[in-house]
Amino acid sequence: MATSARDPQLTFEPWKDADAQPYVRIDRVTKKFGDFIAVDDVSLGIYKKEIFCLLGASGCGKTTLLRMLAGFERPTAGRIFIDGVDMTEIPPYERPVNMMFQSYALFPHMTVEQNVAFGLKQDRIAKAEIAKRVADMLEMVKLGQFAKRKPHQLSGGQRQRVALARALVKKPKLLLLDEPLAALDKKLREHTQFELINIQETLGVTFIVVTHDQEEAMTLSSRIGLMNHGEIVQVGTPTEIYEYPNSRFVSEFIGSVNMFEGRLVEDEPSFVRIESDDLEMPIFVDHGVSSAPGATVWAAIRPEKMLISRVRPEGADNWTAAKVRDIAYMGDMSIYLLLLPSGKVVRVTQPNVYRHADERITWDEQVYLHWAPSSPVVVTK
Amino acid sequence: MKLPGLKRLGLSGRALVAAVPQFWLALFFLIPFVIVLKIAFSDAQIAMPPYQPLIEWVGEKALHIKLNFANFAFLVEDNLYWKAYLNSIFVAAVATLICLLIGYPMAYAIARTSPSTRNILLLLVILPFWTSFLLRVYAWIGLLKNNGLINNALIALGVIDQPIQMLQTDFAVYVGIVYSYLPFMILPLYANLEKLDLTLLEAAADLGSRPWEAFLKVTLPLSLPGIVAGCLLVFIPAVGEFVIPALLGDPGMLMIGKVLWTEFFNNRDWPVASAVAIALLLFLVIPIMFFQRAQDAESSAGGRR
Repeated sequence: MATSARDPQLTFEPWKDADAQPYVRIDRVTKKFGDFIAVDDVSLGIYKKEIFCLLGASGCGKTTLLRMLAGFERPTAGRIFIDGVDMTEIPPYERPVNMMFQSYALFPHMTVEQNVAFGLKQDRIAKAEIAKRVADMLEMVKLGQFAKRKPHQLSGGQRQRVALARALVKKPKLLLLDEPLAALDKKLREHTQFELINIQETLGVTFIVVTHDQEEAMTLSSRIGLMNHGEIVQVGTPTEIYEYPNSRFVSEFIGSVNMFEGRLVEDEPSFVRIESDDLEMPIFVDHGVSSAPGATVWAAIRPEKMLISRVRPEGADNWTAAKVRDIAYMGDMSIYLLLLPSGKVVRVTQPNVYRHADERITWDEQVYLHWAPSSPVVVTK
Repeated sequence: MKLPGLKRLGLSGRALVAAVPQFWLALFFLIPFVIVLKIAFSDAQIAMPPYQPLIEWVGEKALHIKLNFANFAFLVEDNLYWKAYLNSIFVAAVATLICLLIGYPMAYAIARTSPSTRNILLLLVILPFWTSFLLRVYAWIGLLKNNGLINNALIALGVIDQPIQMLQTDFAVYVGIVYSYLPFMILPLYANLEKLDLTLLEAAADLGSRPWEAFLKVTLPLSLPGIVAGCLLVFIPAVGEFVIPALLGDPGMLMIGKVLWTEFFNNRDWPVASAVAIALLLFLVIPIMFFQRAQDAESSAGGRR
């Protein structure tokens, strides 16, 4: 899930380069609506050619942040810079930014061609050049033969592509996409995701995508900014967000996780040991934590990183007895809900390696659950 | 609800419901129309009723039908009628344009206010309907006459020292028509503008349109069906308007509604009056057909969310 059509070598990592300047700089931006703080002191640097996803539940402020980048909302405080220019007070029609709206906002009285040409006509570009750029753009989104249709004569996926073409034809410095795939069905969404990435790589435009769909964020983005209650809680690559969450909120928001609350009993630079009321044995983690001994911490373990076994594991940590309470068979894998002696229910996913049902672990079976010392992530908040 | 008894008679509930307005229209529109049409083709005579029958038994076994086209020919020959028709259309067109220029910003403003204020403003638009139309036109006499409210106020303020002649002028007729029919312009425009998806304006702004460009390129074309509906709702009744020019206008002002009234009640020439009415109806049916077509176009262009 965390890998995508991007370069697997991950050579594109401008955020790790100390000399690189962010292309879009959001500097301590706050937006209030009356007493409600929609965006709370957010600072972000987004680099050229990134696909940056603002991810969060509805009402977390991600759309407000996007609308401030487009110029539809003025920040209550803070500044926004695009390519080094302060855009905070610039109206939307003068920004080198285009947006793809969630509802697509296609002009219903115009044909596909006229919709795409709208922004170019606004810039008083020569007719012949407009015609050429519109035709090229429609070719790129594979809508050449639909140029004369009106939006209501198109399918949802075609409308989405018109919206994309209309936003890209002006060659914006920054393309803002508000839930670009939300209105498409699952199959089309997967296909379109890769198309979006291809188009982005061809044109080299910087994308900022707002989404509530973590899977969409994972596949599309170079980096994700996870938002909650108007604040950015973590910024990182999909892998970083999934494997190295910095808080309980992040680990629970992305994917599913088993959370064990416990006390830090041993705290060394290279390992920690945690005792939890939910487990009889301590959790041994092979990385250090910056917290005082005795402090309450949480060990988060992903369902796919726990293993079920019929054989009692060796050692004095990182395993527990369990009883199978429920199984959801998904074909390629199964989700097991296991009841621990403490009463806690743990969720574990296992690939279905065996074809025959009699070889698989079944309901009410007494089993053992174990995990590697590298599997838990310890978070302190 | 099932009505098996009706089914046996070959009637469905749906057909019955549709039959009620059809019966109403037949009784109060179609039959009177046929009577007027019949009178329009008959000869005038000084009698009661003041026209000769169209269909008559003469002697034995002979049906005598006499269609008199002279009344219609008369409308063409006497340029009084031409002038009255053209003047009515001109007055109605100018009044419609003024209504549009006043009504569009009002409808736009109402559609953009918060929903709670919106209802109050809409109520204010239709509030005049709670008073009789005739009374409201009479009220304008009180406002516009030489020693009326407006002139007295202007004199008292020292703006003028002689009253301005407003009553019995074309100006008064325009005031009356615009005042009376403005709600018919505002309501369909409001209904249209209220539906407008505001993200379309954001999209236009995002693509480089200043607010007024976005208005011209997005709001205005999309509100065209509302403009057509409002204009027809004002124009059609304004063409045949009788009360307003009769009460507020110059007695010499030629309006087809007034001509009709004069033919009917002063000249007692029912056949010519009927011919005037039929011709007027034809003048009005054509715009209604345009109206229908515009509405069809709008409903088939629907499907936008």
